[in-house]
Amino acid sequence: MLTNISRRDVLKNLAVGVSAGSVLRMIPLQAAEHVHRMVRDERGQAAGSAYTPKFFPAHSYQTLRSLCQMIIPPDEKAGGALEAGAPEFIDLLTSENKEYQLTLGGGIAWLDSTCNDRYGKAYLECTVAQQKEILDQIAYRESAQKDSTLGPGITFFSLLRDLTTDGFFTSKIGIEYLEYIGNTYLAEFHGCPPLPES
Amino acid sequence: MPEIIRTGKVYDVCVIGSGAAGGAAAKVLTEGGLNVVMLEAGPMLHPEADYKEHVWPYELAHRGAGIGGAGFDDFAGSEFPAPNGFWSIGGEPYTKAPGSQFMWFRSRIVGGRTNHWGRIALRFAEVDFRSHSHDGSGDDWPLTYQELAPYYDKVERYIGVFGSRENISSAPDGIFLPPPKPRCSDLLVKRGCDKLGILCVPSRLAILTQSVNGRAPCHYCAQCGRGCKTASNFSSSQVLIPPAMATGRLTLVTNAMAREILVNDEGKAQGVSYIDKAKRREQQVRAKAVVVAGSSCESARLLLNSRSSRFPQGLANSSGVVGRNLMDSVGSDGYGYVPALQKMPPHNHDGTGGMHLYIPWWKFDRKNEFLRGYHVEFSGGRDMPEAGEFHGVCQQYQGYGLDLKRRCKETYGAYLGLSGRGEMIPNKNSYCDIDPNVVDEWGIPVLRFHFQWGENEIKMAHDMQETFRAIVEAVGGTYLTKTESTGEFPYGLPPGGTIIHETGTVRMGNDPKTSALNSYCQAHEVKNLFVTDGACFVTNPDKNPTLSILALSWRASEYLLEEARKGSI
Repeated sequence: MLTNISRRDVLKNLAVGVSAGSVLRMIPLQAAEHVHRMVRDERGQAAGSAYTPKFFPAHSYQTLRSLCQMIIPPDEKAGGALEAGAPEFIDLLTSENKEYQLTLGGGIAWLDSTCNDRYGKAYLECTVAQQKEILDQIAYRESAQKDSTLGPGITFFSLLRDLTTDGFFTSKIGIEYLEYIGNTYLAEFHGCPPLPES
Repeated sequence: MPEIIRTGKVYDVCVIGSGAAGGAAAKVLTEGGLNVVMLEAGPMLHPEADYKEHVWPYELAHRGAGIGGAGFDDFAGSEFPAPNGFWSIGGEPYTKAPGSQFMWFRSRIVGGRTNHWGRIALRFAEVDFRSHSHDGSGDDWPLTYQELAPYYDKVERYIGVFGSRENISSAPDGIFLPPPKPRCSDLLVKRGCDKLGILCVPSRLAILTQSVNGRAPCHYCAQCGRGCKTASNFSSSQVLIPPAMATGRLTLVTNAMAREILVNDEGKAQGVSYIDKAKRREQQVRAKAVVVAGSSCESARLLLNSRSSRFPQGLANSSGVVGRNLMDSVGSDGYGYVPALQKMPPHNHDGTGGMHLYIPWWKFDRKNEFLRGYHVEFSGGRDMPEAGEFHGVCQQYQGYGLDLKRRCKETYGAYLGLSGRGEMIPNKNSYCDIDPNVVDEWGIPVLRFHFQWGENEIKMAHDMQETFRAIVEAVGGTYLTKTESTGEFPYGLPPGGTIIHETGTVRMGNDPKTSALNSYCQAHEVKNLFVTDGACFVTNPDKNPTLSILALSWRASEYLLEEARKGSI
């Protein structure tokens, strides 16, 4: 693990190499790889520290976390949306986007008030069966045909599902779960393994 | 801006813009011994700091989705693409005439749009230079393929283009580096094409598969659009500007927005007035010749704004053609779900940026429902996952929980995207002019766009959609794109400008009454004024414009150099 100072030095040396050593603006491959590893290591370290939500009030944020984990739960192969940092990602984007604030902030309030009407408790305080009952309704567009009052919940859940999958599948564990192989330096590209007959 | 700063120094040439055209001019002119000052409206580029090459999405707080998710609707909103390209620039608006839709992508940085472009490097064909003679529509170019071919050779040798010799009349061969091996998505499309009698051959991309001029070969991370720190793909900023700089004869002025080309009493260009954006003041630079290369529409805007008693309609515009003849590419996209891709075991699918095979225009030997042609680009397979990737799966399957998680994994990499890029025939309803009522924050009058697709473009887009469906179905897939024959986007045809191939607004020709430039990009009326970017195009063939811009600018610059040596400028 290299320090910030040594990383700056590498970058500085690269810049010097560019202007003095070479006509073309180039960085030798090994140096580029080296910087890449350092950036990755530094960023890896920053992750995992306690997070203070930028937009969601504490109770809403707890609800958001619970919903994210319901959408992409952990299994034997990989962790879920929580381990992937999806709630932090969603909170950050929402803090910058007025439409998300309305749909997600309003959506969580709608969910709590609907649960209060139905079960006499906010969503987080409901039993697992009650939570599943309401989610099974707002997770599908066709529910609105049976009960038009579910509309706001369906809109809310649809956006939250999109953003939760984004948060999960762009995380380290999500990318490993998909078995993506790449983002490396190859001397040669090997092409496609034998294609099955279609 | 109370005072105008003038400097005494007189440069040989002032080049406006640092993209493909400006970079080629700067290299040729400085290496030929001329002193060049280059004005770039944006800042300097620093690849080692600016480029997000090899960064994982989780290394960025926004995961590549951009501030507030801006990247979901607009790739320029993501943190990943090379800087600084925008669909809208604060303080620098453009307007659209009632009933017209147009999108104008502008880059404000050294290298311009070559930092992020698709690297698709296709020569125009012989017939592309004489399309009027061939089918009666539009106009012929004032030069032939044979006249431009030596410059295609020079450009390809210098920038490095991979490809293969195929001897296809609609897609001339070039000086090629070896192509990379096909990806699974490439092979699958080729399998479909073989069944349908469609040509499918190695792509021609400005990416190095071998070292060229000391630049390292590609390391196959597929991230060309983020910019390449090893300069293994072509950009003006990394491949053309540095050798010009190394001559010691290039003065690069950044954050310099050209306002007007100044002319003397004899009607010759004598310099450029520009805004120093950092100091918010107007400056003037003097030069014996001016090369305009600010991108097609920006170049037209500059000429139209350079009015004087001698040139009341704008500089070099007695013909009235400046701003006219505005073209983009005909673009229609589609995608399909292909189970054969789903069966592929995990493997490194990255490769170069862009597809390794492509479909050149293959129906050149028969009568079609429309004139001219298109080529097809494609994508798909096990790319690096990105934000937004699973929104479609979420929409389709809905629900939540382990089923959703599994479904995403099963369908990951099993989609095939297809993009047709075809030739638009210019029409009198598509042009840009100066909006009489609007200026930008620098006080410079802005462009107003008028744009309409013609019937030929709509028929071509229809044909693209049928081709995409046929290919996807030929490999056992399900075509998922739905388009309408009418409405806002007939057969998926987006607003003009969306494909970022806008060209033609200061066109060349033999007749000064119907063109602004001669075949050397030299203004008929102002002999020391050249316009060497896509504005000089007479037609906009299905081949992406950058390689031809490079060749035309290179040729024009050699001509200018020769004229300067003879003392004719």
